Order: sequence, then C-alpha cells, then structure tokens
Amino acid sequence: MENLSPHFPALIIIVPLIAALLTSAAGWLNRRLCFPFAALGLFTSLLVSTGLLASVLDKEVILYRLGGWPAPWGILYRIDRLNGLVLVVIFFVAFLNLIANKRTVEESFPEQLGGFYALYVLFVTGLSGMVATGDAFNLYVLLEISSLTGYALIGIGNERAPLAGLNYLFMGTIGASLYLLGIGFLYLMTGSLNMTDIASLLPGFYGSPVMVLAFLLCMTGLFIKMALFPLHAWLPNAYSFSPSASIGVIAPLTTKVMIYVMIRITFDVFTPDFSFKMMHLGEVMVWLAVAAIIMGSLFALAQTRLKRMLTYVIIAEVGYMVGGFWLGNRMAVTGAVLHILNDAVMTLCIFLAAGAVVYQICGDDFEDLKGLFRKMPISMAAFTVAALSLIGVPPTCGFFSKWYLISGGIAAGHYGFVVALLFSSLVNAVLFFRIIEIGYFEPFSEGEGGHGEHHGPPAMEIREAPAGMLACLLLAAVSLIVLGIYTGDIVTRIIDLAIPPAI
Amino acid sequence: MGVELFTDIASKYNYLGVVILVMIGLYAMIAKNNLVKKIIGMNIFQTAIILFYVSTAAKRGATIPIIQHGHNGHGHEVIHAAEYINPLPHVLMLTAIVVSVATLGVALALAVKIYHQYGTLEEDEIRGRLRNR
Amino acid sequence: MNNILSLTPLLAVLTSLLAVPGIILSRSPNVREGWTFAAALAKFGIVVSMIPMVLSGVRLEYTLAEVLPGLGITFRVDAFGMLFAVVASSLWIVTSAYSIGYMRGLHEHSQTRYFCFFALALSATLGVAFAGNLFTLYLFYEALSFATYPLVTHHQDREARSSGRKYLFYILGGSIAFVLPAMLTAYHLTGTLDFTPQGFMGGIESKSTLLVLLLLFVFGFAKAGIMPMHSWLPAAMVAPTPVSALLHAVAVVKVGAFCVVRIITGVFGTDLLAAFHFDTLICVIASVTILTSSLIALTQDELKRRLAFSTIGQLSYIVLGVALLSQAGMTGGMLHIAMHAFGKITLFFCAGAIFVATGIKHISGMVGIGRRMPVTMGAFFLGSLSVIGLPPAGGFISKWHLVLGTVQAHQYAMLVVLLASSLLNAAYFLPIVYRAFFCTPGEAMFDNRIAEAPVWCLAPLVVTAVGSVVLFFYPQPFLRLAASAVRTLTGGG
Repeated sequence: MENLSPHFPALIIIVPLIAALLTSAAGWLNRRLCFPFAALGLFTSLLVSTGLLASVLDKEVILYRLGGWPAPWGILYRIDRLNGLVLVVIFFVAFLNLIANKRTVEESFPEQLGGFYALYVLFVTGLSGMVATGDAFNLYVLLEISSLTGYALIGIGNERAPLAGLNYLFMGTIGASLYLLGIGFLYLMTGSLNMTDIASLLPGFYGSPVMVLAFLLCMTGLFIKMALFPLHAWLPNAYSFSPSASIGVIAPLTTKVMIYVMIRITFDVFTPDFSFKMMHLGEVMVWLAVAAIIMGSLFALAQTRLKRMLTYVIIAEVGYMVGGFWLGNRMAVTGAVLHILNDAVMTLCIFLAAGAVVYQICGDDFEDLKGLFRKMPISMAAFTVAALSLIGVPPTCGFFSKWYLISGGIAAGHYGFVVALLFSSLVNAVLFFRIIEIGYFEPFSEGEGGHGEHHGPPAMEIREAPAGMLACLLLAAVSLIVLGIYTGDIVTRIIDLAIPPAI
Repeated sequence: MGVELFTDIASKYNYLGVVILVMIGLYAMIAKNNLVKKIIGMNIFQTAIILFYVSTAAKRGATIPIIQHGHNGHGHEVIHAAEYINPLPHVLMLTAIVVSVATLGVALALAVKIYHQYGTLEEDEIRGRLRNR
Repeated sequence: MNNILSLTPLLAVLTSLLAVPGIILSRSPNVREGWTFAAALAKFGIVVSMIPMVLSGVRLEYTLAEVLPGLGITFRVDAFGMLFAVVASSLWIVTSAYSIGYMRGLHEHSQTRYFCFFALALSATLGVAFAGNLFTLYLFYEALSFATYPLVTHHQDREARSSGRKYLFYILGGSIAFVLPAMLTAYHLTGTLDFTPQGFMGGIESKSTLLVLLLLFVFGFAKAGIMPMHSWLPAAMVAPTPVSALLHAVAVVKVGAFCVVRIITGVFGTDLLAAFHFDTLICVIASVTILTSSLIALTQDELKRRLAFSTIGQLSYIVLGVALLSQAGMTGGMLHIAMHAFGKITLFFCAGAIFVATGIKHISGMVGIGRRMPVTMGAFFLGSLSVIGLPPAGGFISKWHLVLGTVQAHQYAMLVVLLASSLLNAAYFLPIVYRAFFCTPGEAMFDNRIAEAPVWCLAPLVVTAVGSVVLFFYPQPFLRLAASAVRTLTGGG
C-alpha cells in the first residue's frame, strides 16, 4: 500500500471500474463470483478513500494528474477535506447496502447477477469520480456514467419500474445536457475546462451575460438531477418502484452527490464571490428550498405506502441542503455540508429498514405494517433510530445538521427557512410515528372489555430479516448516533477547514 | 472574444440553429405520446448540444487541425493557432456522442421492457392500463 | 465555587442504561428484576455519594463530547440537580418493588419491555438533573419523551394509542416547535448555553425578544404541565399505575418543572427577570394553572385522573415558588419537588393497589373501601395530607416556605392563590378518605373482611407514606440542598 498511496486519487476510480469489469465477466463464467468481486472492489475503494481522507486531513489538498499531464491540459483530480469526506460516505453507503441486499439481489435477479452488480459498481464509480474530479467536462462524463447505470438499476425492477426509469432518463438527460451546455459557455469564455483554471480566468468576465447564462444553465441542470422542487417530479416514481437493492444506494447517494457537485461548482468554478454576491440568487433559492421542504413534507403526508412516503421525505431533505447552502453564511453552509453526510447515512438506514420490511412481508402498504414491532423487533428498532434522526432528535446526527441549518437561518434573519425546518421536523414526527403506531399497536386484540387485566395484543412469531441485512442495518443505525456524537470533530476538523474562509 | 460573439447573436446562425433544435427536442420529449418519439426528441436535444460545441470550434478561414508542415527541414515552424480550428471541442464531443449513444441504448432497452409489459408504447394507453389494474 | 472533573455524574446517568442489556437478556423474571434492583440501588448509592461534595460547594463536572463549538454534552452537578436526583433515584427503588407487585399481580404482558424502558427513562431523568447546559438538558428531555412513550402506551389498545398520540403531540410539539427555536436563538444571541448563576441572557436588551424567548421556554417544556400545555397528563393516565406513579408524579412532570426552574435561574437569571418584571407574569401564569386544575380535579371521578389534575396544580407550585424570586419562595419551590414527589407517589401507589385488589378505578366506587384496605387508605390519608400541605407531612414544610416566600416578595395575591388552592386540595382529597372509612353500613360497597393488595404493592406505599411523614420531622437533607441551591443559583455567596 505504501508505494501506491500517491495514486490513491486515481485508484478510487480505477479500482471500482476494474471491479465492475470483472463482475461483468464473472457473470458469464461463474455467477457466484459476482458478489465477491463487487464487494471486494467496493471495500478496497472504501479503504482507499479512508486513506485519502486521512492524508488530506494533514495535507489539505491532494492534486493528481491523470496520465501525468499538467493541469490545464490534462485531467486533474483534486481531493480536499470536503470531498474526501464525501468519498468515504459514498463507499461506506454503497458497501453496506451491497452486503445488506445480497439475498434480495440473488432472489430477484438470479439470471442477471453479473449485470446487476456491474451496474451497481459502475454507478458508484461514477459518483465517486464526480466528487473527485477537478475537470468540468470530466464531471459531465462521470455524471452520465452514474446516471445511465442509475436508470438501468431502477429500470431493472418489475411492474412500473421500467416506465419510471424511462421518465427519469428523460429528465436526467435534460439535466445533464443543460449542465453540458453551461460548461460549453464557460469553455467559450475561458478556453479551459479545469475548474481551478476557469475560476482564475473568470473574474475578467464578471458582469458578462454569458457568464450568468452559463451559471444558470449549470445550476438548472443540477437542480433537475437533485430533484429540487419543482423539478422533482421524476423522483417519487423512480424511487418507489425500483428494487430495494438499487434504491438502497441510489436514494442516499444521488441527490446528495448532486448537492455536493453544486457546492463544488459554485465554490471552485464560479467562486463564492460571484455565486453569492453578484448573482443575487440566494433569496430566490432559499425560498425555493422553503417550498421544497414544505411541499415535500405535505406530499409525504398524503402517501399511504412506506417507500413512496420516504421519497417525498428525500425531496424535503434536498430543500434543507439547498436552502442552507444558499443562505450563504458560515453556519448554514456548514449545516448543508454536514447534512450531506448525515442525510446519506439516515436515508441509507431508513431505506435498509424499509427494504428489510418489504423483503419479509412482501409489501409496504401501511396496512401491511401491522404488528411489525412484534414480527421484526430489531429492524423496527433501527427504523425508529433512523426516524428519530430524520425528525431531528439528539443525539442522532440529524439533530445536529438541523441545528446548524436553523442557526444559519436565524443568523441570516431568514425566518421563513427556520419555520420551514421546524415544520418539516414536526411533519416528520407525524409521518414516522404514524408508522410506528401502526407497527406497535395494530392489530388490536379482539374481545377486550376495557376493564380488568390487559394481556396486550396477540403474540406473533418473530420473523426477522436475514442476518446479513440485519447486521448492516444495525451498523447504519449505530453510525447515526456515532456521527451525532462526533459532530463536533467532523465540523471543526473537516468541514470548517473545507469551506472557503470568505464565507 | 466570447462576449463579442454574443452581442450580435443574431448574426451567428449556428446558435440559432442550436436553439431551434433544442426546442424541437424538448417539444418532442414533453408533448409526444409515443415513447419512441420521446426518445427521438431526446436524441435531437443531445445532438443540438453536440452541434453547439462543434460549431464553437469553427473559425473563419481556418483549416482542420492537422499540422502539415511541422517539420520542413528548417526546424520548427511557428504555428498560428488562428489558422486551425479548435480541436478540443471535437474531442470532447466524441465522448459526448458516446454518452448519447449509451443513453439511447438504455432508453431503448427500457422501452423494449415496457413494450413487453404493456404491449404498447403509447403513454396514455399505458396509463389507462395502470389505472385499470 | 470550584469545579472538579469527575466521572461520577456520568456513571450515575449510565447505571440504569447499563442494566438494560441485562434486563433484556435475563432468562427468568427474577433475574430481570434483580438487574433492575441492582441498578436502582447502585444509582441511588452513586447519587448519594455525591451529596457531601455538593454541599461543600464543589461542583462535579464532566464533558462527554464536544458536539458543537463551545457546547458539549456536559454534566454538572449542583445542589438543585442533586436534590432532584436524590428524589428520582430513591423513589425508583421503591417503584421497582411496586412494579413487581403490580405487573405480576395483573399478569401484564411485555414486562421485559416495561422494565427496560423504565430503566432508560431513569437514565434520561438523571441526565436532565445533572445537565450542565441547555443543550444537554434538551437532549435528555427528548430522550425521556421517547423512553416513556412505550410505557404510557403499554396496554397497546386503542385508548393507549390515542393517549400516546396526545402525549407526543404536546411533548414533542412543544419541544420542537417552541424550545428548539428558542434555544437556538438564545445560542445565536449569546454564543453559549451553559447554565450560570444569574443566567447568560444578560446581554440581550430587547425586552420583547426576552419575553418571547421566556414564553417559548415556559410553554415549550410541556412536561411542566402549565396550562394550556397540560392535557397530555390526564391522557397519559392510561399507563400502568407504577408508570403513572414514578413518571407522571415524579420523573416526567418534575423534569418539566425542573427545566422551567433551570430556565428561570440558569438561563435568564433572577435579576434579569426581576428587572423586566417577568416574575409577576410567570406567577400569574402559574397561579391560573393552579386554580383551574384544582377546580377541574374536583369534577373528576376516576381516581387517577383526579390525581393527574392535582399534579398539574402542584407542578405550578414549584414554578410559582421559584418565580417569586424571594429566598423562601425559591427554597419552597425546590423543596416542593421532593415533598410533593413523596406525597403524590403514595397516592398513586394507593390508586394502583386499589385497582390490583379490587379492579376499581372510580372514586364513586370506593365508598367504604377503608374497611377492606385499611393500610392502603391510611397511607392515602397521609399522602393527601402531604399534598394539601398539612402537618404532620412533608408537604407542610414546602408549603410553609412558599407562603413565607409570597410574603417576602410582597405578592399577596399569590398568597391568596396558595391558600385557596390548599382548600381546594383538601376538598378533592379528604372526601375520598372520609367516605372510605365513615359511611353507613348500607352505603358500604365492601364487606369488613380485610383484603389488601399483594405485599409487593403494599410495602412500597407504606414506605413512601412513612417517608413523607419522616420528611416533616427531618426535612434537613432536602432543606440544606434547597438552601444551598438557592444560594448558588441566585449568585449569592
């Protein structure tokens, strides 16, 4: 490992890429090899990204020239504290979900194991590349890699999944193309595609309408990809009809990585000076985020299926991060960045729990959830932890990002955002306690007179999820609390240093 | 240089063409009922952007970027960038074309799957079937 | 005043948490209850071991983790927290014994879950008691809400569900919608949340900001049951009686009152409140609650509901006493946490014992019950004396200080409120006792055969009843803690 460590930034792409190839090949030869290859690839990447994060903590920034070409010409990979952290989260989530869903994948796609795992690993490759790259066009390519595999991962499911996947593909392609167009304009002005290079050349064009156009195009493209209200329409169908194994990785990561990319583009390409001070976009964006939070929460209230409800929660959470980021003060941006991390793990945990439930009882209608606490006590305990985190109860991590976001809202004097966050917390409490109530109380015991002795509801046989799934679920639930307790360290040692001092 | 290009955008018919193509593509994606037509619209949309990139590379009076007289016996000749069209957008678009072909592939695969499931590619018919279920 | 870094407060909080795996994994109920007792005794021991240091003016401090800049999960033991911790941990022992009698007597289901969450709730309670800053307080306050939810809804029937809903609606709604924004605003304005004598809000000059924050805090800590945030409490009476006893007469509601007192003394500070005349405002709010709830209690026929409304009123005594801002008033308010706890828990134990022995919940069905359960009703009598505030019961001591406090603060209207409330208390408790013992043979609903509840139920209620009498004669431990607390919290030497 020692002599490889300078090449870590490249390895986080190359390792999963090769793993995907091997997995795909294994699909032809021996299907049982697919899972180990995929798992090994992701685990190695997780180790590599952890190593990267560790070294970035001392060194601040690692620049890596792919193929040895110097910066403005060759493709540069740029790891700083922020994306080092995001990388670890990506691989952590992807690896955990892969292990958890081994059984469901084998049962749902016995003939397509190689294909599925190859897509899965490629998807993660695309995401991590997007985060690591320092080249605007390279980002587009990796964005499309993760999107295309994402469409396939969703469309591979049954019933309405292909149709939902195709609609997602249409929207996603529009989003990616708009981003490409925006980058095109930037290239026209600066003649460069390297992010730092563009940033250094752009100040000459401040005030130019082309730059504004480029900025708006890039942002609109990203907003579509991150499902910011009102551009969210593709998300609920795509997420709720897809197989558990796919959604377990897509839901936690896609929107969060897109938000990271938004942060990256506004900071490293357009510079905070331009994005926050010259565009006067902040106010509009925050109100959009407020709308996203409130509408997402309200839509979620109207759902009667667990997974579908969760998709609307995701839409509300996107509003949290976008709003926090565009408030533009240090507290709020810290909150937004912290929430990327926390929300990824929260979403992972809640979708793993939902996946376990769906796997065991073959349904996620609220009606099916009766007696769940007795049937699956451990899964439901993890579900409850994730729910508490989404509501924002200390010491789970969800509370702390909300803390920063609300503090940021107060500091900026933007009370609409503060109220929206509190509203969403309350709605989340209603949403999740509705499910917990169904699982805990129903079905009611029959023939109870209301007097005398209480013998409680009818006993039920415990039918827990498979051990692997359960272990991953518990690990995710525990990490929610651990992340919460170490918030202080994460913020002071990583996020604080990663945010430009200008903010 | 970019700014001047846009101040008289009307004279730059290539951008106009791109805009028209984008609109056609978007229209097809939004308004068409048939999924394959939507996919075609998506492809037009992507192609328009590819066209945009390629057209930005063009220069009046320039030639393809193949240096013919790089070594003419007197050592290196000075190369004037203005004499050659910019090769980079072309190279980028090679990748973009690959991406759009791949997108097309995935889209068609999904369409095939949908056709197997519902026996039709008309969106309203599919919706009708979903409702009747 | 010197602070000492010490793990002891953390240990005190964690003891019952550590017992949870033991409780879950125990194979036989006896082993399980053994864990509960071990944890309860250990916890009490640890808490008591800290008393001498606290009284000598040392504050034990421990920061578990710094979660936000300048803000950690910090425990700091002062006299006031100590007082509350002693009450809660000592009564847990008694309640554990009572729980065994009650739960086994009624063959309740899911007893493991019950004992497990009971232990969790106690951890959270001590966490609140030892919280060194508002954030830690909030953390454990929320933890307590969730740990008690399965206890409140233990029966898992429709009634339990709707009560649970109401419980969460008020408690969680209050803490998320009111306390959280208020806390964040305070943090934003002052940059700290550490409880300090005379508070940390001194830098804020805007009166309206202070007022809004104060009201958000006072109503947001809905566990304090200040009207109109009180109606979860009667609803929560669907819980098994030991839960009602410990949690809704002692731990949960007292946590609410404790939080409000902390807000008054540690966040705003007595001087600040006096300067803006907010003290009178809180007094008025509290006295409205006192009188209204006492009147409502008169109309309740279900014994536990009557007790619940009585609790709402008594909680406001604590708030009122501290808001008087006079030496005696604050001492009385704090003392009342202890005195009322012993009295009210006795009453709840009695209600539960009656239910276990006879299945009766309503007061109208208890005529002549004194002949059948003389010990229980005798204890009931002592408990009600304590709550009314008559000698020879501990309640008299705290009420005496409260009355003295109103005089010291020249709040004579409050004096009237206190006396009127005492009369009302007598009016809703004493007839129960009277009818239990003195009735014509024709009216009596029970024969003369003595049939008490099981000994596991009976012993604890005797212990607490005797305890409240003992507290009348020997109130010194609590009195010293309260006096020391008042000294430190008002910043006096």
